[in-house]
Amino acid sequence: MDFINFYLIPGLVLGSIYALGAIGVSLVFGILRFANFAHGELMLIGAYTAYSLMQFTGLHPLIVLPIAMLFTSLVALGIDHTFYKPFRASKSTIVIVASFGIALMARSAVQIIWGVDTFSYSSGQIQMPMILFETLRLSPKHVWIVFSSIVLMIVVHVILTHTRTGKAMRAMSDSAELAQLTGIKTESVVKATWVLGASLATAAGVFLGWDSHLHSMMGFYMLLPMFAAAILGGIGQPYGAMVGGLVVGLAEELSAYPWLGDSPLLSPAYKAGVAFALMIIMLIWRPSGLFRGRVF
Amino acid sequence: MPVLSIENLSGGYGEVDILHEISLEINTGEIVVVIGPNGAGKSTAMKAVFGLLRLSGGSVHLAGEEITNMDPAQVVNKGVCYVPQTNNVFPTLTVQENLEMGAYIRKDDFRPRLLEIYEMFPPLVEKKKQAAGELSGGQRQMVAMGKALMLEPTILMLDEPTAGLSPIYRNEIFQIIRQINASGVPILMVEQNAKQSLAIANRGYVFVDGRNRTTGKGIDLLNDPEIAKMFLGG
Amino acid sequence: MDSAQAYGYMLYFVSLMTMGGIYAIMCLGLNIQWGFTGLFNAGIAGFFAIGAYVSAILTTAESASHLGGYDLPIALGLVGAMVVTAVIAWLVGLLCIRLRSDYLAIATIGIGEIFRLILKNEIWATNGARGIAKIPLPFETLSEPWNKIGFMLLVLAVVAVFYFVIERARLAPWGRLMTGIRENEQSARAAGKNVERFRIEAFVCGSVLMGLAGGLMAHYIKFIGPGATEPLTTTFLVWVMLIAGGSGNNRGAVLGAFLLWGIWSFSEVLTGRLPAELAVKAAYFRIFLIGLLLQVVLQRYAGGILPERRPTTNKVA
Repeated sequence: MDFINFYLIPGLVLGSIYALGAIGVSLVFGILRFANFAHGELMLIGAYTAYSLMQFTGLHPLIVLPIAMLFTSLVALGIDHTFYKPFRASKSTIVIVASFGIALMARSAVQIIWGVDTFSYSSGQIQMPMILFETLRLSPKHVWIVFSSIVLMIVVHVILTHTRTGKAMRAMSDSAELAQLTGIKTESVVKATWVLGASLATAAGVFLGWDSHLHSMMGFYMLLPMFAAAILGGIGQPYGAMVGGLVVGLAEELSAYPWLGDSPLLSPAYKAGVAFALMIIMLIWRPSGLFRGRVF
Repeated sequence: MPVLSIENLSGGYGEVDILHEISLEINTGEIVVVIGPNGAGKSTAMKAVFGLLRLSGGSVHLAGEEITNMDPAQVVNKGVCYVPQTNNVFPTLTVQENLEMGAYIRKDDFRPRLLEIYEMFPPLVEKKKQAAGELSGGQRQMVAMGKALMLEPTILMLDEPTAGLSPIYRNEIFQIIRQINASGVPILMVEQNAKQSLAIANRGYVFVDGRNRTTGKGIDLLNDPEIAKMFLGG
Repeated sequence: MDSAQAYGYMLYFVSLMTMGGIYAIMCLGLNIQWGFTGLFNAGIAGFFAIGAYVSAILTTAESASHLGGYDLPIALGLVGAMVVTAVIAWLVGLLCIRLRSDYLAIATIGIGEIFRLILKNEIWATNGARGIAKIPLPFETLSEPWNKIGFMLLVLAVVAVFYFVIERARLAPWGRLMTGIRENEQSARAAGKNVERFRIEAFVCGSVLMGLAGGLMAHYIKFIGPGATEPLTTTFLVWVMLIAGGSGNNRGAVLGAFLLWGIWSFSEVLTGRLPAELAVKAAYFRIFLIGLLLQVVLQRYAGGILPERRPTTNKVA
């Protein structure tokens, strides 16, 4: 039972959070053709915005989430218009450098506005976990996080397969040139991509903050696991990113389980390294990912 | 008035011009074929119509209206549809979704048109829900053409529609092209397969080194000994 | 201005030149990788950290808290830093060099983080978060300020030597080949060049300089800990320096390093005068401005202050 309570469930929670972030990374990579190093910072902005909204209104994280999503989407659209759009026709490497700079600018903006202290969504009282079958301990927030993530992923699925814009996003991810020749307004698709990516990043940021706490470095710490998940799933493959996120989250948590003997298989200090290692192995062994994404 | 006319068009991708004062026109109801050796600028001329090229001179008119240097989305909105030689379908989208994307700019109900397209390309019916990237080359070409036809274009441009296809599919595609044309859509087509394409063409143009070499009725070009020596392996 | 003040300014200038020089070495390294060959290394901080720790471990006196106590001369420490970084960079190169730009960037940032994770967690070797202290400074026997001036001259001499070597290499067929690989990999391949091998060479050469800079920094600050190699300030600053100075231009790389370090350090002096509470925030405002500066350079002055000047012939073969 310890395995489920302390490894499997945290792994699922973390995996859901990574998955939400990775969908955005994968969509932006597929549609705008660059690795957005500032994606973690969208999470950061979303999480902090939600924090302020909660302070202001006293409402639950899940209730302020839509407003935080909206705000973060606007920020993402502003960043795209000011800093990424001028490079639309350039080689992707220039945009990566630009996104690198955006990551720092966004993070320092958060540090200027909110400072560098850790914040917590919960106001102090600890919610008692539900105990099922006498030994299975489920914390309500974990249930909510996993449940909400599943709902969001279903929403993403419906958008991508049943709406005109969603299909156009997948089309542009397949081939931007053909999308243009088909008459698809590529700039609108780009905008839709940012809104979707930023909203999911906000959800991921809020869930992460809810699960543990808020810190101005959380965006950077999330970046590599999200890249790992996106690459694992195959770039431009949102469904792959979902699976990739779960795999990375579970791998990080399960790597610390004492599979052999009594001590952890891998020291918990190296948890973060699991994601990097998975990502690098994947890049070298099969850059198209498990689900045959594109390789640019 | 010609449906589409290209006048003295020059341009290229980088600094260097690939096209040198190319001229070409296509009239209502015609099938026009452009042939020429590799690197003659055939496909480049098609892309020039679509604003995908840096132009250094000349003009493109669609039914008398100038469309030179318009961006691709605008050209599509004018009713010009272009099927590139490669990368002409969205591989991860299903056949049906590819066709829907073809109708992306239509505001009206395009479901009747969808049924017409499936009638035109019967093999696609049972592949509706399959990803286009998993289809055979010939079926992919059908999806690509069907996708373009979803718009009921005023002119259809095809870039080597039969390249790399088996003879059976090749015949079928040429058959379909005639059928589309018979329904009133003028067709401008670049082809390597000069013999078969000139046979169904009203007129043909021969490009060499980015320049107009000669032009004439399809049947005349087919019987021209010089052309035969150049392209028909005769 | 009294003499104590003048002395203070002089020491400030010396530290400016020393730090600028250390960054210039990294910048030259990145110029080989990115400027010449087009390799996107986002893990500069990792190689820098390896160099710093290796030199620190080799040259410190015996200590119970970390590996080492070899008490070797500093010169050997620095050579050791370069050798170890070279070997590690070569292994990384073997694994990753085939990756295209975006993927190489992601892979190198991941590898850089793994290095930092190891250095932070292998406490037996590195003393973990507490870091390694009492790293010897060269010319320690000299009195202040001569020891600091001596170290500055050493750093500047290293910059000068590498500048001339790399500038020679740039104009030599080797440099032209690297640029050729960047501009047109296919034709370099068609000319029968082993593109992978040359890319690995460029990657190793650049990383060695980053390791050397790390070693010099460790000796200069006399301390190295995980906090000293914060990934973004190190990696990002070097990138901004190279791009602002002029990617592909060695003089630009050196100029960019000194200039940006000057701006960076000077703005710190300015914000240091603010009241304590504001000063903390101002530190982040500086990072914000450096990020903004990068955006301006990228959009308006893409070539940097001294844009790349190609050697007269740019044929690959």
